Amino acid sequence: MGLESWIGQGFIATRLETIINWCRKNSLYPMPMGIACCALEMMHAVAPRFDMARFGSEVMRFTPRQCDLMIVAGTTTYKMAKVVRKIYDQMPDPKWVIAMGACTLSGGIFRTYSVVQGIDQFLPVDVYVAGCPPRPDNLLNALMHVQKKVQRGECKGTAPALVGDFRGQIKVKES
Amino acid sequence: MEELNEKVVRKLKNKFGDIFLNVQEFRGELTITLPKEYIIQVSKFLKEDEELSFNLLSDLCGIDMNTKENRFGVIYNLYSLKNKHRIRLKIFASEGDKVPSVTSVWKTANWHERETYDMFGIIFDGHPDLRRMYMPEEYEYHPLRKDFPLMGISGSLQLPE
Amino acid sequence: MEPQTRKSKIIELLENEQTSVSFDDPLGSQMILNMGPQHPATHGVLRLVLKLDGETVISAVPELGYLHRGIEKLAENMSYHEFIPLTDRLDYLSPLSNNVGYVLAVEKLLGIEAPIRAQYIRTIICELARIFSHLVFLGSIGLDLGAVTVWMYAFREREKLYDIFEKIAGARFTTSYARIGGVAQDVSDNTLDEIKKFADEFPANLKECEKLLNTNKIFLGRVDGIGVISKEEAIDIGLTGPSLRACGVDYDVRKSNPYLIYKELDFDVPVYDGGDSLARYYVRMDEMKESIRILHQLIKKIPKGDVKLDNPKKVLPYKKQVYTTIEGLIHDFMLVNFGIEPPVGEVYHAIEAPKGELGFYIYSNGEGRPWRLKIRAPSFVNLQSLPILVKGAMISDVVAIIASLDPVMGEADK
Repeated sequence: MGLESWIGQGFIATRLETIINWCRKNSLYPMPMGIACCALEMMHAVAPRFDMARFGSEVMRFTPRQCDLMIVAGTTTYKMAKVVRKIYDQMPDPKWVIAMGACTLSGGIFRTYSVVQGIDQFLPVDVYVAGCPPRPDNLLNALMHVQKKVQRGECKGTAPALVGDFRGQIKVKES
Repeated sequence: MEELNEKVVRKLKNKFGDIFLNVQEFRGELTITLPKEYIIQVSKFLKEDEELSFNLLSDLCGIDMNTKENRFGVIYNLYSLKNKHRIRLKIFASEGDKVPSVTSVWKTANWHERETYDMFGIIFDGHPDLRRMYMPEEYEYHPLRKDFPLMGISGSLQLPE
Repeated sequence: MEPQTRKSKIIELLENEQTSVSFDDPLGSQMILNMGPQHPATHGVLRLVLKLDGETVISAVPELGYLHRGIEKLAENMSYHEFIPLTDRLDYLSPLSNNVGYVLAVEKLLGIEAPIRAQYIRTIICELARIFSHLVFLGSIGLDLGAVTVWMYAFREREKLYDIFEKIAGARFTTSYARIGGVAQDVSDNTLDEIKKFADEFPANLKECEKLLNTNKIFLGRVDGIGVISKEEAIDIGLTGPSLRACGVDYDVRKSNPYLIYKELDFDVPVYDGGDSLARYYVRMDEMKESIRILHQLIKKIPKGDVKLDNPKKVLPYKKQVYTTIEGLIHDFMLVNFGIEPPVGEVYHAIEAPKGELGFYIYSNGEGRPWRLKIRAPSFVNLQSLPILVKGAMISDVVAIIASLDPVMGEADK
């Protein structure tokens, strides 16, 4: 198949970060923070027609300890913001966030007393998806943008040293 | 529909006499305004009477009329499963008054009254568990009052981090 | 060498068979568990605080408000027409029927009636929205109880409905299709053919899902006899919709206080005794089949005509008239800026939404904006029965009970 013909003699020389980021980007596990109507379109992105599994995001793990990518879908109120932040803090580094739908970008059509006017007031967001609700193909486009970001080793939320830059981290034990 | 409306008014007037402040009909719906002290007796009568049997409380809401006297109103939308008939009861209360709670008559009024308390600040006397429904417990204001701005009072709700 | 077992207290007690083993529960035999707002099986952001004795639930307290968006406050600042897109976001599993419910309440306040073709179109989309919403119920009850294939099948059917909605209204999901005095635009004959094709193929696809669940011992074991509520308690707690009809009460707003075209249609309302989760499942499956029956009748009988009432003071004119005639422009300007000005008064109008009785209470003081708009959300009232249903059940039954009640937090929290 493709990889063997590319490898040629049986080995390939590249940087450690490239390989690790390539593995990471093709198996991003999304954590669906499905709050309101956009959650329906997120479910449809996993459903048979717009299959998200072909991008590697096979399962939606509802536990934050096993995920890389948090998709915030739906209007975030002040009461819910504490919960979203708590779950974001529980995810292991490195982590990426997709803000889906108009309500997460800027409050959407709900300009009222209880809605947070944009989740980037308390969360670092990597990709914004516009729409009310955005179509599932729009969400898949956002996922591909996040994959490009992962390959480059960029992450808004985590310190860059933890994303693919292993020079300082791997220590050889002095015996 | 008209005969049912008239029957309700007639039976209520027979039983309670002249306590009703206003009886009017608009678009086929009957609205009866009464003083707030009689609400439990009238509701019990309407529910338990064999002919009328208004056993489903569809909706209970508050309304802010923005007048000095009798500022808040509480509106009860009743439905009778037997006669397939709807009527409406209305009571008024000023700021700081306590309204008797109808949870002893219809259990469904429990959450509706909590929501009305949360949004308007009307205190229901005799409610088993009066606490806020939608806004967080520590919130000090009542959002649906007419003097509360749409965007809220800044600093009243905190964001994490 | 004989295996070394740990000499613990339990082993000693078990070895001596004549003693009765009693355990000390360090928590005092009751535990408070938080089934928090973020949970795979709570159908949105519902927080349940459970008090457990081992695995049995003693009491449960639901906490709402995590999706409270202040829709009623927004309604007091918008004109009647501007509010229509917000009604889409209430029960976001069947947005078309919320639009129709709101518009019917406003039309009752104004005292006007939409033309006959518009009423037929509205009835068609109400029934399509019912199938739409019950498919999510089918999918979620499958997903929550472990039958993921049923979820995939249900969502495949929903994609077909999304295509139809796109042809009717232009948007997949948040359509805002109904208008005061009619509907936004006409439905072409091609679309009606597509709806007919869907209605022809749907019963066979539904049978596929039923084959997987109806005689499945695991599914029946998880829903049969779980979450029982009696008839009198259900009426007293305000339950409406399929959950009430599963208790044996024959209350359906389409038959009791008919609106739109329902008086002239021939359909049954499924009512089951039992009051448990299995009865609620059967009611919804039968309702989908009845909706298909209604759709066939409607498509056959739909007449030709206008889809918007010709009343320039109350109804937005067609866009073609706005752009080409001066009267259309002036009326459009007045209606958009000052709003329709209904008479002073109050109305309450209810429709049979897929979740229950969706009611709108409008108090108008003569201006273009409502003075008070209250939404009687069926999920809000249905959730009130959750503490009664869950009492005495096991903790894994709580998931099945919530799935069978089918709440939507968008309308419970408004």
